[in-house]
Amino acid sequence: MNSQLVLFEEEQKKIVQICDALHRDACAKAVFLVNRDGQMLANSGQTVQMDTTSLASLTAGNIAATGGLAQLLGEKEFAIQFHEGERDNIHISLVGQRVILVIIFDERSSLGLVRLRVRRASNELVKVLEQINAKAAQNPGHTVFDEISDEDIDNLFG
Amino acid sequence: MSFINYSSREINCKIVYYGPGLCGKTTNLQYIYAKTNPEAKGKMISLETETERTLFFDFLPLSLGEIRGFKTRFHLYTVPGQVFYDASRKLILKGVDGVVFVADSQVERLDANIESLENLRENLEEQGYDLDKLPYVVQYNKRDLPTAVDAGYLREALNPTNVPDFEAVATTGMGVFDTLKAVAKQVLIELKRGR
Repeated sequence: MNSQLVLFEEEQKKIVQICDALHRDACAKAVFLVNRDGQMLANSGQTVQMDTTSLASLTAGNIAATGGLAQLLGEKEFAIQFHEGERDNIHISLVGQRVILVIIFDERSSLGLVRLRVRRASNELVKVLEQINAKAAQNPGHTVFDEISDEDIDNLFG
Repeated sequence: MSFINYSSREINCKIVYYGPGLCGKTTNLQYIYAKTNPEAKGKMISLETETERTLFFDFLPLSLGEIRGFKTRFHLYTVPGQVFYDASRKLILKGVDGVVFVADSQVERLDANIESLENLRENLEEQGYDLDKLPYVVQYNKRDLPTAVDAGYLREALNPTNVPDFEAVATTGMGVFDTLKAVAKQVLIELKRGR
């Protein structure tokens, strides 16, 4: 079974910094980091006009379906996907088997540049993911739920 | 898999509506979407066939309020109910925090309900989950139809473990929010308990 993902402020800042740097260095329109269940971890760039929640969910569905196809073919995973549009393109890659890095870019960038910058950012993200795992191992089960009472939950549902 | 973000102060959970084809999973989500305040919901996505049957999933992001300063966000998914979409159903169950089984109350769909419930249990087991240990509720939908079977009979056939269950008519909304609240509450209680 999957374990719960807990993201603290320190790691969140690092992830956002990596996404910001990737957005800048890859000349991208936007960068997203999504977990495999479709929840948004961080984003950077021109995201105001975008439905980021839907984007995260559909990306995760896409990765899940592609992973299913890979298994049918005896592959472990198709780690990279690229979709080319008339104006915008999407580059999707799996990082550390756990999170999905999404880059949206247009003619101001190129697939080569994006792939190059994604490789470096992925290495940095893997290190942060390891920190998150280490923190979770040090502090098993410690979450905000330690402070939430049964009454708080009852109150939420009236 | 729940996701707790201390930076944005959010608790995110995933709930999956499961059940046989045409039992009303999508209708449940459509009713929730229609009756929820705009600020509490995101866009509903339906990946469907040309004949409006679910092809991959429906998705509805929903906020249910705050607990101790943390926003509770639930991502509701449906699976495609038709038997031959089993590979897709398995994918959607990944990372699930709570399950709603939507049963079709009509007598002619009794076997389809049982088959779908067995399929749910098998697909969960394949991913390391045990339905008896997950937050789980059952909904008997289409109670308004003339061929609806007695609820007690459905309970005996589909809910042997006596999890919370609800009679519903998803087209009018009867039982829809009761079902959602019950499973969402179980998910939060389970998270508090610490899996």
